[in-house]
Amino acid sequence: MKSLAELAEIRERMKSKVVLREGGNEIRVVVGMATCGIAAGARPVLNAFVEGVNRESLTDKVTVTQTGCIGICQYEPVVEVFQAGKEKVTYVEMTAEKAEKVLQEHIKGGRVVEEYTITHAKKA
Amino acid sequence: MIRAQVLCCGGTGCSSSGSAKIQAAFQSEIEKQGLTEEVKVVQTGCFGLCALGPVVIIYPDGTFYSKIKPENVPEIVSEHLLKGRPVERLVYKEGAEVKADENGEIHVSLSDTTFYKSQQRIALRNCGVINPESIDEYIAMDGYRALGKALTEMTPDQVIETVLASGLRGRGGAGFPTGMKWKFASGNRGNVQKYVCCNADEGDPGAFMDRSVLEGDPHAVVEAMAIAGYAIGADQGYVYVRAEYPIAVKRLQIAIDQAKEYGLLGKNIFGTGFNFDLGIRLGAGAFVCGEETALMTSIEGKRGEPRPRPPFPAIKGLFESPTILNNVETYANIPQIILKGAEWFSSIGTEKSKGTKVFALGGKIKNTGLVEVPMGTTLRHIIEEIGGGIPNGKKFKAAQTGGPSGGCIPASLIDTQIDYDNLLAIGSMMGSGGLIVMDEDNCMVDIARFFLDFTVDESCGKCTPCRVGTRRLLEILDKIISGNGEMEDLDRLEELSNYIKSASLCGLGQTAPNPVLSTLRYFRDEYIAHIVDKKCPAGVCKKLIRYEIDPEKCIGCGMCAKNCPASTIVRTDYTAPGHKLASMKIEQANCVKCGACMNNCKFHAITKG
Repeated sequence: MKSLAELAEIRERMKSKVVLREGGNEIRVVVGMATCGIAAGARPVLNAFVEGVNRESLTDKVTVTQTGCIGICQYEPVVEVFQAGKEKVTYVEMTAEKAEKVLQEHIKGGRVVEEYTITHAKKA
Repeated sequence: MIRAQVLCCGGTGCSSSGSAKIQAAFQSEIEKQGLTEEVKVVQTGCFGLCALGPVVIIYPDGTFYSKIKPENVPEIVSEHLLKGRPVERLVYKEGAEVKADENGEIHVSLSDTTFYKSQQRIALRNCGVINPESIDEYIAMDGYRALGKALTEMTPDQVIETVLASGLRGRGGAGFPTGMKWKFASGNRGNVQKYVCCNADEGDPGAFMDRSVLEGDPHAVVEAMAIAGYAIGADQGYVYVRAEYPIAVKRLQIAIDQAKEYGLLGKNIFGTGFNFDLGIRLGAGAFVCGEETALMTSIEGKRGEPRPRPPFPAIKGLFESPTILNNVETYANIPQIILKGAEWFSSIGTEKSKGTKVFALGGKIKNTGLVEVPMGTTLRHIIEEIGGGIPNGKKFKAAQTGGPSGGCIPASLIDTQIDYDNLLAIGSMMGSGGLIVMDEDNCMVDIARFFLDFTVDESCGKCTPCRVGTRRLLEILDKIISGNGEMEDLDRLEELSNYIKSASLCGLGQTAPNPVLSTLRYFRDEYIAHIVDKKCPAGVCKKLIRYEIDPEKCIGCGMCAKNCPASTIVRTDYTAPGHKLASMKIEQANCVKCGACMNNCKFHAITKG
């Protein structure tokens, strides 16, 4: 080890690999992964979120997990975003591309992508 | 991209309950279900709940699975890791407030359970969290940052001042201030050869905190020893570890090799010109080698025997050079103290005992395992809350701390706040942290005899008070438990104990009578019952118990006779009113007091007295 900078570099590189074990993040992205969700294509959605969160170095703020059937199978894949002090946002009929947009606009930007939400889908 | 991690405990406790198979099962099942890109299996050190092994924890949710069998693995992978539904019946949730989440699903995190809630983990902070065989994971958890800080921002004296100000005391048992030890050895830096040693010769029956740290977070010890080397001006360290700890030895060696490869051990660390190297020396399991002078003699390659102090090791230690020796758990606290400061550390604990202490819970307690609590936590809290209480509805009788050097704390003192000074005041000692819980079925004379038997075996024989004195003590105890004791024996025990304490050469002998003295102090009535009534109230001492069959209750089924290994149960010619067969009777002369007859009698016709 030549320098402290080198140590810091390893620490930063490895941080994302262990940060999962710390928990308690402010934003929770939950992907419905019951049989219905998986059949409708929830796995690429889940993976898109996991990859996006890592790519954007948001691992210390955002936790991505899965959940079971929420009961609205016709709208799967369903993704819910929980944030302390804010209302839950439910996104429906998600795809990997839509996931990217939610990540950029909602998770990073703080603006809910209205057109993908369940309220929007029900109105349509 | 990895989205979930399966942490499998690879500590000694879980290894013996089959964790290797579980880990392999997860690996193959995850492959089978096509999740290798998303889920990673990591082997870690001890989580602490050894009674429930093998244990597995799944992140990011922190779900804690206990007593996993290989056949449970496919279900966990498909339900939890794929579909996100924890397999609730396998989740450990003792004491946790069970809350359903937004979707009505139940998630219980390990940190919510009673066992973990009131623990504060400093020495064990990485145990069960990181892969102990990966230096990168240790670095990710701020590893080696303390060493970097010490070498580049602090002078050696500042390091010592910080350790002094933190109030850290030796976790090996005696509780000597660590900073003071370092200060004594710090003179004449750079001009004389000095050594830094680590005592990992954990020998107390029932204690396994040092093993768990070495197995779960070996780099913490490596880093701390390098910091100690910088502080006192030593360039060589040795870890003296028992050969009976194969997993700990292996992981420590891996850690040392990795640290060398990264240049965190060796020459010119962090480009500061500081050199430090570390080696492992294996002990062969002699209890006396946990004593500092004997340990150093053993590292030198000689027979492990203590020598008189002074001179203390800080002046003349290993190879006659100034040496510091600290325990594994003590070292595990050092990097955190350097990083977070003395004030942070000294804000935890009691006035004279700072920080936390790791205890190995054992004996008659539900959650046998490893816990770390702030100093000053009451014994009641550790036993009843964290430990889950005494199993089978039995009553708490006493707790033994400090192993063969410690003493028994009776139920009346269960609200004692545990720290170094309080334990000494009630006739026990902190010791390395073994905490053995006893219930009403334990005989205190027998317990004292058990520990004494151990010290008699382990006495190195160099000094007479210990070699001869402990044996005489044991003989008196044997006399009492076989029903031949006299009241004068109690005075003899006390007198001899005090001679051994004051005249023995090293800590082994000086503390060996403690189990006798403390049981005499708190459980004198039990000794008297053995001597005067010739009875063992707990029904343990074989020569003083007697099994009897009540002829009125005995239906004559003969199950007792069938199970008697000594064939000493015969049929009488008495048939109780209402029974068809003649009752049975124990011929006392050949009875081996095993209790098999009583355990096999469905009619409660046999009594022990």
